[in-house]
Formats: sequence, structure tokens, C-alpha cells
Amino acid sequence: MSGGSNSFDTKLARERCLRYRRRILDISQQVAALHIGSAYSCTEIVDCFFNGLMRRNPDGTSPDTFLMSKGHGCMIQYVVLEERGILSRADLDAYCTPEGRLGVHPDYGNPGIEAATGSLGHGLSMVCGMALAERARKTGGTIYTVLSDGEVQEGSTWEAVLMASSLRLGNIVAAIDNNNFQSLGRTSDTHPSFYPLAEKFAAFGWEVAELDGHDSAAIFDAVASRQGGRPLMLVAKTTKGKGVSYMENIPIWHYRSPSKDEYHRAIDELESAR
Amino acid sequence: MRNTFAETLYREATEDDRIFIVVADISPVGNMANFRTEYPDRFINVGVAEQSMIGICAGLALKGCQPFAYTIATFSLYRPFEMVRDDLCYQNLPVTVVGMGAGVIYSDHGGTHHTMEDIAIAGAIPNMQIIAPCDPAEVVEATRWCARQKNGPVYLRLGKAGEPILTKDAEPWQFGKLRRLRRGSDVAILSYGVIAKTACDLADRFAEQGKSVSVFSCHTLKPLDREGIAAALREHEHAIVIEEHVPQGGLAPQTKQIAWDIRARCRLDTFTLKDEFIHCNGRHGDMLAAHGLSLAAISERVGLG
Repeated sequence: MSGGSNSFDTKLARERCLRYRRRILDISQQVAALHIGSAYSCTEIVDCFFNGLMRRNPDGTSPDTFLMSKGHGCMIQYVVLEERGILSRADLDAYCTPEGRLGVHPDYGNPGIEAATGSLGHGLSMVCGMALAERARKTGGTIYTVLSDGEVQEGSTWEAVLMASSLRLGNIVAAIDNNNFQSLGRTSDTHPSFYPLAEKFAAFGWEVAELDGHDSAAIFDAVASRQGGRPLMLVAKTTKGKGVSYMENIPIWHYRSPSKDEYHRAIDELESAR
Repeated sequence: MRNTFAETLYREATEDDRIFIVVADISPVGNMANFRTEYPDRFINVGVAEQSMIGICAGLALKGCQPFAYTIATFSLYRPFEMVRDDLCYQNLPVTVVGMGAGVIYSDHGGTHHTMEDIAIAGAIPNMQIIAPCDPAEVVEATRWCARQKNGPVYLRLGKAGEPILTKDAEPWQFGKLRRLRRGSDVAILSYGVIAKTACDLADRFAEQGKSVSVFSCHTLKPLDREGIAAALREHEHAIVIEEHVPQGGLAPQTKQIAWDIRARCRLDTFTLKDEFIHCNGRHGDMLAAHGLSLAAISERVGLG
């Protein structure tokens, strides 16, 4: 078993994240729309979880678990699973087609997909149940999850927040992809009381780290150096559509495919960032 | 029924460490205290947080455990409905959602505590299975089955306390099969859950009039034993359905549908709760009487007045 090391090669992480963004762009040209902005905002988080923190068995599986609670961000999970060989290139090429098995939201039963989380506010309770099972069986498995910031408005999320810390589920590592955008605008405008966020989780008994959600080293360090014994929440400041300037912080890119011209501009931007 | 459930689940849990119970601030007494003491890692109280109760059960099941969610029926099924649908049914996980005190048993607690539409609601979801035992002995069978099955989710509709044994001379219990409690030839009475006691009392009244009566426990509401019901309709000249549930989506309309499909010739009377909330106070029997489900009212309508 490998992974879970005490260092993380950020140069490699940067190359992987560029590759993931580019692959998502390619897939975007096959379909009328996809959640591109939502996937780009959590690319570094998902990469760090999978490639830096989750341990790996020789067959590519992991004793740890990743559950994408913000189901609409699953495109980044698909491309990571493709690189791992858990999903095939054919799977991703057939995204959202009658011949394929991958849809807009993650579907339980597909390889590497731990739960169907198209509806928000379900993930964290399932994560608690998984963490309880791992603890009861003394497997040492850690459950990693990514929530959207809009998802934190669900009452069910707070039920799970309360339970995770009350049960002292130290084998939960969660991140909020805090891009501050949801369908009808900036969260800070529509729900000013949403902030401060970190303090809310701390008050509920979680260990909390605030960081830049595109800083792979910061994500790795925050998890690797956690105190433990309690669930960990990374309040990760992110940019929706990160990596492609015309998508960044523009709500329409929540669910849209670039035109041919936009696609080439995006590719040029990603390549020039290498 | 709830204590029988607790005793049975405790016994199962002693032999299978995959069994968890996740409760929402309501716990059966008796042996559930032993469960809690002996297996504290497998007894989870989420507090008043039913969505989390279902989601945690889903997460446990996703990791190979066999969880039971337990609270009053309205709160175990209605409050976390989308979690039941998406987490349990869509993902087809072997989680048992226990609805305790279903029907109108929580009489004077008011309509917020009455579970009048649960068979229709649970029965509408693909993959969901539904069991409603008629007495504590059937609770033992049903709970044991739920603890060992891997088909998918189950809604286990329970009464509360003090239910008599109705199944002493019955056929063996079998999931998905109509169970004959009494054998006769003139009248067939089909029922399930706590109100099956009324079905037995009605059978006694028919017997006093010289009629030969079959009584069936239709404990598995989904999948429904359509062949068994069809046979009961064919073999008797008069069939009666009694259920503590609104008229839509329960046993009564499904029996009528089967009767139509097989061109049944028997007389068929159905007795259900009304499609109305109950606003009166009183005991369980008063609630049932308010909706025409007293033994006297049913007897009169089937000509035993």
C-alpha cells in the first residue's frame, strides 16, 4: 500500500490538475452542457485527496473512501478515476449518452462511485455512517468528502455536522468547496449570514482549517498535520471556473459547454499556464 | 410489538456484528437497553434528526452493515422521505426503516403523529419492501427476516404495545406470502397490522351466525401476494378487507384491482380510514370509530348488525 506519505509533490499535482481540466474541456465538446465551473473549483481538492492523501492498494483501490457530496462536481472525480484506471476512457467518451453509464450526477453502482449524490445534503450523513462502520470494524479507513457551499444551507447537512463531532468521528476529512457562488448569485450577497463559516464548524466541535482551495500543498499539509480525534473540515476558498479566465466567477459556467472558439481559448490558457 | 421487536433485534445482533440500530431520540425499552449497553458502538442515537438517521443507515449499509432505523412511523418515513427514496431505495440498500406506532395508535397526540398514508407512500417507491406484522409473533418472524435479508430496503410497520397473539394456529410465516390464520369456506377477511385483531373479532361474529370464515394476515404489503389474494377471492363468496390506512394506495384498492383482473365473482367489501385527517381526541379505538372502523360499524355494514 502506498500514498498517505508525509510529502506531496506540488509540481506533479499542478501538472495533473492541468491535465484533468483539459480532459474535462475535451469532454465538454461532446455534450450540450456539463458542470464545468463546479468541477474546476474543486480540482485541486479532489486531486490532493486521491493522489496525496488516500492510501492506495496495489490494484488501484484504496482502504480509504471518497464520496463526492456535491454530486454536480463529479466530472473531476470521473477524470481522476479514469486516470486511475477505475473508469475507462470509453466510459468518459460515452458521458451522458445512451450507450454510456456515466451521467451528470454520480450514480451508485458505477466503479469508484460510493453513493448517488445528485440531491444535495445527503452526502455528509452517509459519510458519518461509513465512518462509523470503519470504526466499528477497526479497519482504519478514512472517509474523504467534498461539499458545496450551497449544500451547507441544507438542514440535513447540519444534522450530520452535529453527529460527526458528537460521535467523534476522527476518520472524516471533509472540504467545503467555498466558491461563494450558487445558482442565483453570490452567497455572500444572497445569504450574508452564511459567513463566517469556519467558526460555525468550530462551534460544532470540528477541527477546522481555512485555506486556499487551489493550493495543493496547503490542502495536503492541513490534513496531514491535523490533530485528529475529531472530524476535520477544510473551509477551502475557491474560484468557480478556476483556470479559465472567462469562466472564473461567472455563474453561467456552472452548467454550460464552451463553444468551439471558447474551447480553443480555454485550451490556450491552460497550456500557457504550464 | 415494539418490545418484541427490541428483543428479537437484540438476539440477532448478538449473533451478527453487522447489525446496527440508529434511533432518533426514541428507543424501545426492554432488551434494547441490553443492546445499548453491550454494543454501544452499534447503538446510535442521532437525536431529533431523522434525515441524518436515514443517511447514517445508508452509509453503514454501503460499508456492508445491516442497519435498522427506528422511531415513530411518521418521523421515520415522512420527515426524511427523500433520504429514504434516494439513499435507501435508489441505491437499493438492505436497511430496515422501522415505523413504530403506525396507523392512528398515537390517537390523542394528534394528526402529526398519525401514520395514515405510509403504505401508499412507501409502496410507491421502487425497490421498497413493506412488512406489517399483525401480532408480536409475526414481529419476531419479520424482524428476523429483515436482519438477514439482502434484497434491499424494508419499511417495517409496527404497532406499539399490548397487541394480542392472533397467529397461534396459523400457517408458518413466509415473506411475500399471504398467511392464513383461520381456515373457512364462506367468508375471507384480509387484514394486516394491529387492526387484524378486528378482523379476528369479525370472524367470530360470522361464526356465531354459522358462517365458515378464513382470516388472512397480509403481512407483506410489497411485494403483494397477488396470487394468494386471487385464490382467496376465488375460494370464498364474500371477501372483506380491513386496513388502518387511507383508501388510496393500500391493501383495499389493490385487492379491488386483483378482483377486477381475475373477474372475481365474490362480494367484496373494503373498510379503510377515510381520506380525511382526524381531529377528535380519545383512544385508539375512538380514532378508528371516527372513521367507521369499529367492530360494530363494520359488522353492521356486512350484515351482522
